[in-house]
Amino acid sequence: MKFISPGELRRLGVLGMNSRNVNYIGATNERHRFPLVDDKLKTKRLAQDHGMRVPKLFGVLSIQHEIQSLEKTLEGLERFVIKPAHGSGGKGILVVCERRAQEFVKSSGTVISLRDVKRHTSNILSGLYSLGGRTDVAMIEDMIIFDPLLSDFSYEGVPDIRVIVYRGFPVMAMMRCATHASDGKANLHQGAVGVGLDIKTGCSVCAVQNNARVDKHPDTGIGFENLQLPHWQEILDLACGCYEMTGLGYFGADIVLDKYRGPMILELNARPGLAIQIANQAGLAKRLQAIDRLETVDRSIAERTELARTMFAQKPDQV
Amino acid sequence: MMSSKLQISLVAGLLIAVGLGLTLYKTIELDFPLLPGEKQDVWTLESKITFNPGDGPVEIALALPETQAGWVMLDEYFASSGFGFSVEDDAGKRQAKWTRQSQEHPTTLYYKLQVYRADISELGTSPVPSVVSPELSDDRRTAMERVVSSLRERSSGPVSFTALLLQQLAQGGMDQDAAFLFGTREATDLTVAMDVLSFAGIPSQRVRGVYLEDGRRRQQMSTLLEVFDNGSWYLFDPTTAKPGLPENFFVWQRGERFVLDVIGGTSSQLEFAIVKNTLPVKTVLSMEQQAGDKLMLDFSIYALPVEQQGMFKGLLLLPVGALVVVLLRVMVGIRTSGTFMPILIALAFIQTSLITGLVIFLTVVSAGLWIRSYLSHLNLLLVARITAVVILVILIMATLSIVTYKLGFEQALTVTFLPTIILSWTIERMSILWEEEGAHEVLVQGGGSLLAAILAYLLMTMELVAHLTFNFPELMISLLGVVLLLGKYTGYRLSELYRFRYLRKDWQ
Repeated sequence: MKFISPGELRRLGVLGMNSRNVNYIGATNERHRFPLVDDKLKTKRLAQDHGMRVPKLFGVLSIQHEIQSLEKTLEGLERFVIKPAHGSGGKGILVVCERRAQEFVKSSGTVISLRDVKRHTSNILSGLYSLGGRTDVAMIEDMIIFDPLLSDFSYEGVPDIRVIVYRGFPVMAMMRCATHASDGKANLHQGAVGVGLDIKTGCSVCAVQNNARVDKHPDTGIGFENLQLPHWQEILDLACGCYEMTGLGYFGADIVLDKYRGPMILELNARPGLAIQIANQAGLAKRLQAIDRLETVDRSIAERTELARTMFAQKPDQV
Repeated sequence: MMSSKLQISLVAGLLIAVGLGLTLYKTIELDFPLLPGEKQDVWTLESKITFNPGDGPVEIALALPETQAGWVMLDEYFASSGFGFSVEDDAGKRQAKWTRQSQEHPTTLYYKLQVYRADISELGTSPVPSVVSPELSDDRRTAMERVVSSLRERSSGPVSFTALLLQQLAQGGMDQDAAFLFGTREATDLTVAMDVLSFAGIPSQRVRGVYLEDGRRRQQMSTLLEVFDNGSWYLFDPTTAKPGLPENFFVWQRGERFVLDVIGGTSSQLEFAIVKNTLPVKTVLSMEQQAGDKLMLDFSIYALPVEQQGMFKGLLLLPVGALVVVLLRVMVGIRTSGTFMPILIALAFIQTSLITGLVIFLTVVSAGLWIRSYLSHLNLLLVARITAVVILVILIMATLSIVTYKLGFEQALTVTFLPTIILSWTIERMSILWEEEGAHEVLVQGGGSLLAAILAYLLMTMELVAHLTFNFPELMISLLGVVLLLGKYTGYRLSELYRFRYLRKDWQ
């Protein structure tokens, strides 16, 4: 038997796709606020206005003609990321971590030419990677040099921390580690490893790849049991702060840990995935209902994270 | 949140109740059968008379059909905007007459009738026309004599004489004499055949009528040839030489009288739009009884003009297909490429038949994907690339049609029913999906779309479904209610029971 019964799912408080769409995204996210998070450029500017740390923006290309001058924009940049402002699922993100004369080295080690970079940018602008195929803008921003504490947990890509925020409370978190199979992308459905994180401590709870449990990173071979994220309070505060910033009731904040600059907001997602529940071996619906039962949710960021840390503490003995 | 849920439940409940209530009313009060049962094809013919009026008064006479050979007329309607109108009796034959003092613009008159064939019988008797030998010049007379004697030698009587004559005409296998005889410009196979028959002293006459084909828009009137021998009439199709009355031929008029006569106008034309409804025998019978009292029909799609009826037949099936997609996506969690692409594919399958459709679809998409993989190296702008794919798809479709037609598979010609633009987008999406997520995801989404399309097809082609959607369109109101409820379904999807399987206690 490879199935779980609906009764058991309900008992575990697992949130299903339909319920997420109707009860949480549909009910608490106002439609007109979606562009704030769907457009990464808007999110970035909004976050900058609110004094939140984000990766540095080098430039924006919005019309095909500007690609001619791409070379100039990239001049002197040793590392950079080019990505579509409306991309989804990590599509269309080009990470260049090194330059060799006229060539660029991708994070995977593949060497590409300037022509390839231009082609990629042109594809971004014509909407190849964007929702609905609309024309898009390409953002060129700083590549994250991730915290060495985490370097063993990710392969060829940046590990990021996904925090689900409901009504301003951090309800569940996980670290997403790129693998060779995921081509340096931190998306679980592409084969990245998801490590569930205890909201109280930032310690690992459980790790999964392709929905199945794993104990160690498939490429680096490092076990996840001793993982404890640094700057945990800061990460939670940053994620919760996005509630005031966007006004969205239910979203996922993607946060990266930069070696020099600490936690930074990478992007926000108004339709965060459900695999985080497998990584945490816990149901989201239970926690969301617990937040709904709180009498008043009009609290400060510090109060909210404090409350969440006590409410959602998990026993770290499961790994 | 609760109130919105309550609201939806109320609205949905009301919609479902209204739909079911109307259906019940029609079943019980109006005697519409709920189940298909025994069927009768009812044909609706819409005759359209068009002409350009001249300066003076116009007068249009249309010979009305007499039902014969087992055909029964259920109902007829005339449309005559601004014309004086009457149905007259002209020497025992009915004819419709439209008159008007002056008419400036080209105009259209309609005559619509509903008929069905209660039993298949032969045409009855008809007065035998006197045979008048055609007047011919000497050289033509000589040729004619040779043709007739050559046919007489090879035939045993008037019937086989006619059959031989028509066969020769149809195959073009005439000798020089005949070729000379038929070498005039106005002569058609039919007039020539009738001349030859008259010359040979065999009584013959035209039988005018319409070939009934479902969904035809601009059908013209056709003519059969009838010869008299030894007390009975024998029918032939002059173009194919096939004897007998074709089953789908609705006889309009026998004999040489005019069908359409327009005085005071030019370029007159008579065209037919035809639609077939397969109705339960019970309904047909009650329609026959109530002809004239149209209360019941006012409630149904049958009240619409023929062309629209044909459209609605297909249109009314769409919600059923959409319901399949909603169920599969919301309850099962199957991923499809493009939300409603499966319905369009399913509609195409209805035209092509399932297996042919599947084979063609897979061929076109694989060929498209293969060529598209080359395009992705060319670094084209999106819109140009999609356009290139559209052109490619049409080229592939044309190639497929020509090659398979030459090989003798005519089924592949139905390729044109596949929606070109949708196919192109499918190819484009699949191609990107392939590059980004790998072949596995392409198979998952492509397979999901095809599964949805096949299920929708199977449901849409079910006799019961077609019967219910067309006879009880109000069931769509109920369907709307069901879809609203599905829109608030917050339970787990079937696929999630698999996805979250590792949360089971015994897996931990």
